[in-house]
Amino acid sequence: MTYKVLVVDDSKLARMSIARLLDALRPKWERIEAANATEAVERRNGEAVDIALLDFNMPGADGLALAAELHALQPSLPMAIISANTQDEIVARARALGATFLPKPLTQQDLAAFLDTVELRLAAAHE
Amino acid sequence: MSGAVALALTEMERDALTELVNLGVSKAAVSLRGLIGHEVSLSVPRIAIIPRRDAALMIGEHHATRLVAVSQVFDGDFSGRALLIFPETNSLELVRAVTGGALPLEDIVALEQEALAETGNIILNNCLSTIANTLQRTLRMSLPDVIRGDGGELFEFSGIADADDAVLVMYINFVVNARNITGYIAMLMDLPALRTLKELLNDLVDRATTAIPFISHVTD
Repeated sequence: MTYKVLVVDDSKLARMSIARLLDALRPKWERIEAANATEAVERRNGEAVDIALLDFNMPGADGLALAAELHALQPSLPMAIISANTQDEIVARARALGATFLPKPLTQQDLAAFLDTVELRLAAAHE
Repeated sequence: MSGAVALALTEMERDALTELVNLGVSKAAVSLRGLIGHEVSLSVPRIAIIPRRDAALMIGEHHATRLVAVSQVFDGDFSGRALLIFPETNSLELVRAVTGGALPLEDIVALEQEALAETGNIILNNCLSTIANTLQRTLRMSLPDVIRGDGGELFEFSGIADADDAVLVMYINFVVNARNITGYIAMLMDLPALRTLKELLNDLVDRATTAIPFISHVTD
């Protein structure tokens, strides 16, 4: 089963870095990218996505606000918030939205673990 | 300076530098949160290459009041100065927050200088070491200095450079809502440092984007 991942980060470098990890871990999966929350919602409304990887500190709405919006649009969407800002409050808010918190710089191990969990969840939902 | 145009950052270099500063300042915010026990909110980093006198205005224009800053010089493959800046009126509140609020006012006043230097040292070191590690370079850091004045005075003291020299300024605004504390973390670098930084940023982009081999099932 392949899935479509929405990658949202205002930094092109960060998106390229995530793309590189995704290509290594799940080479057949599709990926769509957005540089901010507004663009992310537009892209999601244009085509269905299965998983979202969201940066936290972005101009305009931050990653947590975006996660809340995406959750309202698509409650079953698995999401991860990616940030070097590992303050307890931010991690807790991510979890409260049902999102996984992944520290930045994102490692292959952390992303692999997240994708493994999400795949199980999505497979179970399809049964 | 004639090199200023040639040394302008490409879009990708600027992107990488913003992300790098974001990483550094995020780690610094985590350490400040650890010291004061309240959430620290951050803005998105701003980066500009401008004459030194305008750098002062970037910070100064936001605060008509006097500022206090903890300053540390860093050098290695590139060099510059990192500053933790806030309005002088916030400085006792910051010391109060860091010391847990249990001390009487006279003790806080007596401790102010030392507490500021120590707090700044922890925060700036966290920021700079994250940047150095991400660039895979070592930076040496001076002991912290506590300085007071308006924006112009904080950026003036570096000695050799004059007000027309272009500098790379990176700054981010932080707010501790629970304690009514606001401030900036700023970094200043002069142009020779920028030349090396550009190379390191391009190495960083290469490392972050070079394809890694497909891994079917890692089982270690």
